[in-house]
Amino acid sequence: MGVSARAPSKKPIEWSWRSRVVRGWVYQLLALGVVIAGVWFLAHNTQENMRTRGIQSGFDFLGSAAGFDIGETTFVAYDPSESYGKALWVGVLNTLRVAVIGIVLTTILGVLVGVGRFSRNALVRGLCYAYVEVFRNVPILLQLLMWYLLFVDVLPPTQSAWKLGGMFFLSKGGLSLPAPVWAAGHAWMLLGAIVGILVAARYRAGLQREFERTGQDRNRWAVPLAMVLGGAVVGCAAGGAPREWSMPEQLAFMVDGGMSATPEFLAVLIGLVLYTGAFVAEVVRGGIQSVSLGQTEAASALGLSRRQMMKLVILPQAMRVIIPPLTNQYLNLTKNSSLAVAIGYPDVVSISNTTLNQSGRAVECIAVIMVVYLSTSLSTSALMNWYNKRVAIKER
Amino acid sequence: MADTFTPVAPRPAPAAAAGMSMWLRRNLFGDWRSSLTTVLLLALGVYLLPGVLQWSLFQAVFGAHADACQAARGSGACWGVITEKWRIIIFGRYPFEEQWRPEVATLVMVAGLVVSCIRWFWRPWLALLWVGVLAVFFALMLGGVLGLSPVRTDLWGGLPLTVMLATLSIFLAFPLAVLVALGRRSNLPAIRTVCIVYIELIRGVPLISVLFMASFMFPLFMPQGTTIDVLVRVLVGITLFAAAYMAEIVRGGLQAIPKGQLEAADTLGLSYWQTQRKIVLPQALAMVVPSMMNNFISIFKDTSLVTIVSLYELTGALGLALNSDVNWRPFKIEAYLFITAIYFAFCFAMSRYSLWVEKQLSVSRTR
Repeated sequence: MGVSARAPSKKPIEWSWRSRVVRGWVYQLLALGVVIAGVWFLAHNTQENMRTRGIQSGFDFLGSAAGFDIGETTFVAYDPSESYGKALWVGVLNTLRVAVIGIVLTTILGVLVGVGRFSRNALVRGLCYAYVEVFRNVPILLQLLMWYLLFVDVLPPTQSAWKLGGMFFLSKGGLSLPAPVWAAGHAWMLLGAIVGILVAARYRAGLQREFERTGQDRNRWAVPLAMVLGGAVVGCAAGGAPREWSMPEQLAFMVDGGMSATPEFLAVLIGLVLYTGAFVAEVVRGGIQSVSLGQTEAASALGLSRRQMMKLVILPQAMRVIIPPLTNQYLNLTKNSSLAVAIGYPDVVSISNTTLNQSGRAVECIAVIMVVYLSTSLSTSALMNWYNKRVAIKER
Repeated sequence: MADTFTPVAPRPAPAAAAGMSMWLRRNLFGDWRSSLTTVLLLALGVYLLPGVLQWSLFQAVFGAHADACQAARGSGACWGVITEKWRIIIFGRYPFEEQWRPEVATLVMVAGLVVSCIRWFWRPWLALLWVGVLAVFFALMLGGVLGLSPVRTDLWGGLPLTVMLATLSIFLAFPLAVLVALGRRSNLPAIRTVCIVYIELIRGVPLISVLFMASFMFPLFMPQGTTIDVLVRVLVGITLFAAAYMAEIVRGGLQAIPKGQLEAADTLGLSYWQTQRKIVLPQALAMVVPSMMNNFISIFKDTSLVTIVSLYELTGALGLALNSDVNWRPFKIEAYLFITAIYFAFCFAMSRYSLWVEKQLSVSRTR
């Protein structure tokens, strides 16, 4: 008679305090009970308070007319007779504008400075170090206030704006620069560029395959770049080659035409980029340092050039260290953009604040802020997690 | 044959391999690109330096003379604004004749912080010392004992408020963070979920919205008739906010503990809390000291946000000092530079200290 495999015995739950399972259940029930009681307590008080103070609740106010003006808008037009909902949407777009442009600029600045910390030139190293230490150790709110003060105090009034080649104007009124006048041709240009990007991506994938097969490494930028630019030029020509530019002009009391950015926007953008850039630089430096020296030595023993070493050996390994904290910095930048309320840039926090003061719907307005930031945070981290999975080194 | 040994005269050290000139050559003039950068940067420095020196030193006004400052406007800095206003900037609205109290209180608090950084003092009685420090701080600031006249908390401001908010929120957030981090790693699903929701919810929103909630909405949450000091509400807000971030840092440390340690503890028959207290936390917390220090620095900087909910800490006190004074308002930028220097001194000291701690830790690891 063989020994039959013992069936996993299902131990009956021992109903005593000494059983881990039972204790686990008790703890969990207790924790849930405390949380539920806490939430109920707060909700109950809030309702009670609202009733006695005659505060209305609900999101119906989003439909009623806002009645306040917003200094600047992104993509959409807005006037005070429109609804609170529209006003908040304008705020969300303003927040996103500052966050997206800020993230792009911060990445560029941070990578440059982070790599600069390894420069062979001592002056460059020193400057990068000084920049990082100074900007990282001063509160972002203070920096924003200072940039704004510089804009409204130090810059000349609009009548005597600083000019550069009659195209760029910088004054208390903000920055004005030339902008193309939108025409159907630009849509064609964009289309051409997109087609160019697709073709270039295929071409680069081909180069990669060839590299993996033969070890022949060819320049992967020149031809793809030409493809994208070529696509854009062809598209532009096909669309009738629009060439009209709107130039900013100096008028009696203002600068008109072209693209313009308000001093509030510029102060928020510059402040956020310089502050977050210092942190990104540290992240990049940490990432590069985390690649062990042996890797560099092995790479030079194989005869790789400095550029190849960076591209093929160091960066791929540094990336997996860099990406998670980089994501955090992007999220920080987005969240810090809420400090724009201190200098009057109409982001979603500032508009929610105005809405709160006018309509008295405190709970709803704070809820709007939280939902907006939570959804941006969660989607940014989802995107970066996806990218992180892609660059993560597959181990066995 | 009496052949005496005569040593060959030592060769001079190769001139080009060491010393100042070699350092210069290697670090500033390595190749043509490096040389060009050096020359350009030096030229830029020479171009900018005279202007900066003129503005900040030679043409600057150091005395508290509003007229002289007005005259020097545009060409020289007006440091006189600090000579005139430093009391309000540093102490806020605290009654003028009682200002020795916040002075002493801040010194005691900062001394406590410095002492806690020194290795020799890492003994159990450090906790007792802190109880004493906090007691002295609040006795001095609040008054009402030992014949000190009582001062309302809404008159507190400036540096004492900044230091107090930062220190207390760190102290309060830390134990909470450890508990939440343990909860997040727990295998009881309900507790884990509660902790995850708390962490993600707080980390997803900006501090300013938490502060808005603490200062404007909190009265709505409480039963009628209860009033809680706005300082306490803001402190709770910062603490809850900081704890979520710290919890993630602690979790990083917990995850780095090899599973074998836990299994060994189980084998020894240690209970959950014994395992955490004696095995897991000592290792995990030591591992995360550097990132914890970074977090402390950002909490210190974040206290500046309470100015948005009208508490007059350092940044807010500056507005208080200058916004309503027509004579001195134009020289806000100099005052900003002054408090920038204060913040920088604190944060830079903390980050240097964190580097030192990191070095100490790596010494113990690379034996």
